[in-house]
Amino acid sequence: MAERGVLLEGVRAYRLIAGMWVRSSMAYRTSFVVTVFGNLTVTALDFVGILLMFSQVDSLGGWSLPEVALLYGLSATSFGIADLVLGSMDVLGARMRDGSFDTLLVRPVPVLAQVGADRFALRRLGRITQGTVVLGWALVSVDVDWSVLKVLLVPVMVVSGAAIFSAVFVAGAAFQIYAQDAAEVQNAFTYGGTTLLQYPPSVFGKDLVRGVTFMLPLAFVNWVPAVYVLGRPYPVGLPGWAAFASPPVAVACCVLAGLAWRTGLRSYRSTGS
Amino acid sequence: MEPESGFIELDGVEKVFEVRKKTGFMKRERRQVRAVDSISFRVERGEMVGYIGPNGAGKSTTIKMLTGILTPSAGRLRVAGIDPSRERRRLAHRIGVVFGQRTTLWWDLPLLDSYRLMHRMYRIPDARYRANLDRLVELLDLGDLLDVPVRQLSLGQRMRGDIAAALLHDPEVLYLDEPTIGLDVVSKSKVREFLREVNAERGTTVLLTTHDLQDIEQLCKRVMVIDHGRLMYDGPLAGLHEAGESERVLVVDLERELPPIEAPAPARVVRVDGPRQWLAFPAGESAAPLVARIAAEYPLVDLSVREPDIEAVIAKMYAEQTERAIS
Repeated sequence: MAERGVLLEGVRAYRLIAGMWVRSSMAYRTSFVVTVFGNLTVTALDFVGILLMFSQVDSLGGWSLPEVALLYGLSATSFGIADLVLGSMDVLGARMRDGSFDTLLVRPVPVLAQVGADRFALRRLGRITQGTVVLGWALVSVDVDWSVLKVLLVPVMVVSGAAIFSAVFVAGAAFQIYAQDAAEVQNAFTYGGTTLLQYPPSVFGKDLVRGVTFMLPLAFVNWVPAVYVLGRPYPVGLPGWAAFASPPVAVACCVLAGLAWRTGLRSYRSTGS
Repeated sequence: MEPESGFIELDGVEKVFEVRKKTGFMKRERRQVRAVDSISFRVERGEMVGYIGPNGAGKSTTIKMLTGILTPSAGRLRVAGIDPSRERRRLAHRIGVVFGQRTTLWWDLPLLDSYRLMHRMYRIPDARYRANLDRLVELLDLGDLLDVPVRQLSLGQRMRGDIAAALLHDPEVLYLDEPTIGLDVVSKSKVREFLREVNAERGTTVLLTTHDLQDIEQLCKRVMVIDHGRLMYDGPLAGLHEAGESERVLVVDLERELPPIEAPAPARVVRVDGPRQWLAFPAGESAAPLVARIAAEYPLVDLSVREPDIEAVIAKMYAEQTERAIS
């Protein structure tokens, strides 16, 4: 019950602080509009790259354009949500170096909520928008015999995927407590992870696929459930129920990330660095 | 509920850091640094205490333990009956913290927006918030600044804004880390006057670290000196002079050049420059007998007394402690 109280308190604090950042960014309206457009353009161009590739080839690792678009849309949307909610956690290291992290520790609200809401930016909606558009196009174009189960699996994938990416952001933040200049390591897993997942698993080596399936379970964001939806084989042998394992995998990731964060914070408070 | 003996209580509090130093490629030397070494003190409710010492003496580490940011390595620590490191968030409602060099205000937003955030983050009852805000705005002269974005405020205005932000939730204790650093004379005196008023009006306990000894002289009856993690002095400001065996200097202008004045010990001439002579005497003693004696025996034109520089006093204390430690 106490845990639940902290969670609610955290969500409330998150909304308060995120609201302040939104208001702050509105102080420079023109700059805000320009960055939103810039962000939309850059993310749109990202998918144009894949379109250009398909203008030269008919398939990628045996996957058609709508199938790759499905992977892309799922990964980009999930990542976009996590990026919107927790995307600024990479400033944590800088906050520790300049000492402003201490000011968060004297507030009566959970530190994770404060760090998560830090530099909250609505311009990140661009990525979600682009991901949703690609996903929508893929869903109507892809050649799938839709069943109720498969239809239900789509929103489940987006939500679980967002939770998995969020866990990676939080774990990365916990890691930054130990290595304060490690923001780029975190970015490698988050931004790197989403780029990886935008391509079919069949184009990668088996070891890499195994790694992101069993070690850092990013494959459960889209690969594993999507191969089920598309009726394709998965490069690494997995039981049939694995397609529906994304929610429990996401929950496990969040619990582990939460523990890592707690350990990191405790260590900071005992070492001061 | 524990018996209330002191509002802030420290018993043998220690903080040991492990510092890893690179001594070569992949080689690291581990060393333990005792930032705070067995410190004990009590502060009663409503006291105003100065906490001073050179950089790296352990001041900030102590404040960080008192606010719950850092967990002590050993010893017992209580603020308002709460163990700060174990109940950091509960304690947060009862303390106010101002970090002199770090603003907690929102740079791009009007000052009032930062206060509204405090209102909601600390769940301050509406009537209470309005009453506190009105009073703070009046005392700190913030009326014209509430709608100004914080980035447009001067350093002094921002510091006043920060202090108000730390007091909106009625904290029982206020920690100030270098509250007057970088401020001009007018802003400094405004801040000091305000702190005196808050302390008198609300009985807020105030603990402040500072490099500006005027802060201490004008605000604190009690001062604690820390160096190398140890409490070197804890008592009234006046006693600090005695503890440091400091001396005042009597500057005497005579009618003409004369040999050094024969003063009764322990007073003695420390410098002669033409008709002007400098006599040192213990800071704890009155200058009157010495002045009377010189006036009676020498052709006196003018005189003045120079108070010892507290920084020099502290420096002397440090030096003596080190000597004692070596011998």
